[in-house]
Amino acid sequence: MVQITDVVCPLCGCVCDDIVVEVEDNRVTKVRGACAVGKSKLMGHGRIKSPAIRENGALKDCSYDEAIKKAAEILAAARRPLLYGWSSTVCEAAKVGVELAEEIGAVIDNTASVCHGPSVLAIQDVGLPSCTLGEVKNRASLIIYWGSNPTSAHGNHMKRYSYISKGYFLPGGKKDRKLVVVDVRETKTAKMADKFLRVEPGKDYLVFSALRAILYGYEDVVPDEVGGVSKKDLLEVASMMKEVQFGIIFFGMGVTHSRGRHNNIVNAIQTTRAAHTHTKFNIMPMRGHYNVAGFNQVCTWETGFPFAVDLSLGYPWYNPGETSSTDLLIRRECDAALIIASDPGAHFPGESVKHLAKIPVIQIDPFPNPTTEFADVVIPTAISGIESEGSVYRMDNIPLRLRKLVDTEYMSDEEVMKRILEEVRAIKAKEGE
Amino acid sequence: MGVKVKLISGRTVAQGQNLDNKLSDEYFNAVAFCELNAADMAKIGVSPGENVKVSTKYGEVVVKAKQGAGNPEGIAFIPMGPWANAVVSGDTKGAGMPQYKGIDAEIEKTEEQVLQIRELMRQYMR
Repeated sequence: MVQITDVVCPLCGCVCDDIVVEVEDNRVTKVRGACAVGKSKLMGHGRIKSPAIRENGALKDCSYDEAIKKAAEILAAARRPLLYGWSSTVCEAAKVGVELAEEIGAVIDNTASVCHGPSVLAIQDVGLPSCTLGEVKNRASLIIYWGSNPTSAHGNHMKRYSYISKGYFLPGGKKDRKLVVVDVRETKTAKMADKFLRVEPGKDYLVFSALRAILYGYEDVVPDEVGGVSKKDLLEVASMMKEVQFGIIFFGMGVTHSRGRHNNIVNAIQTTRAAHTHTKFNIMPMRGHYNVAGFNQVCTWETGFPFAVDLSLGYPWYNPGETSSTDLLIRRECDAALIIASDPGAHFPGESVKHLAKIPVIQIDPFPNPTTEFADVVIPTAISGIESEGSVYRMDNIPLRLRKLVDTEYMSDEEVMKRILEEVRAIKAKEGE
Repeated sequence: MGVKVKLISGRTVAQGQNLDNKLSDEYFNAVAFCELNAADMAKIGVSPGENVKVSTKYGEVVVKAKQGAGNPEGIAFIPMGPWANAVVSGDTKGAGMPQYKGIDAEIEKTEEQVLQIRELMRQYMR
């Protein structure tokens, strides 16, 4: 048995880097320090056994070479290919992905498209007064989770970085902090809160506006109730915000997935700004997958834009709503898709899955999932952070290095992407002869 | 007649634990249900474990009913996954983001069966 310390968890945007793992016979047998969700990932699940190509409706096992060749043929022949996913793999694979997108004039998009895409738009619009999770841990005495439920989605977030963690200036942990939760349901996180505001679905924008008005000193314009929240409660939360030396709003899908979308986030950021007339306040999106932020970094330094980038024009074109995956699929524009490290079969609205299921799909993933059900080429890969290493970006955009814990026969995402790119280039060179 | 609700979808611990295990019974049990307030369940005469049909402008899906203490009346919750996504809106209003939360839905008791994941996906392949 080998004990490996300081393992970096390849699950959510918390990217906890203090996990202890025991490995026996090249298998992870014990995990300590991870949340229930992270532990489940590290302990492992059933895998895609072999590369496969669909023939007469059924997937038929083949070699890596055959699957990669077939994938390259599909992509080289496509007129409007989509390269989607990238959030549960490392930056090195994403970099090759952008190169491939450029080569074949594809649209490249990551899961931010159905996650914090609106936050990215809002940040481009008004900026982001933010900080690192380390600063939150050591300084933040008021934590606000807005439309975000870390007890379900980011299991260790409160323990490692926020409400429950013991920081340099807040040695008492939660005794030294206050927790406010804003949500449409009374979640487990809400139950822990010192103050819970129940907002009506789709009314976050109004509540941010009211809070913003109060913080700027215009409480007289705020009615007795806004979006299901009483003025009294809003005044109380505004006072809590004003009184602390350092506070933060963490926001999640409750705000990005609801009516208002990016406008909600613009207002959330402006509310944070309003708090600056009194104190230091911060705001941070609760990024979902462990490297959803990393793809946005890579894509930005390679193309100038963070996601939903169309490279078919010979230069990068970015227009979410037009170049975002859901829209492309609903308009039935794509004629082939490469899906890597994500599962749109399970996570896209039915309307877009309908088109995806009908076009040639190449799936690159360690695990079988609903996308596998209609994929035409399936290429299994090593699990990043367990069987292969690479760089990822935590939700506060701090880069961390995922580690390799066990050996594997599977190719890594980066290797598969490089091979596909080589094959595509060979096909193109032949066509050009 | 069913009960009219605002439908939201989102993560749960069990959903996250089975993220890489979606073709399993565990995943089915973790996400193929709809959480309702006790009062809403009484309105349509459904008990926990019985099946409900969730209908929106965008589709319909059958899932198990579950009682959720944290849900206020008029709000239904289905964990994110293919069952929830069968009825959410793909309309991004030109902003790139589908509406996964706050969708008008009607929920009624049904004798119809909950589709297994492969059957559910097969519907898209027709």
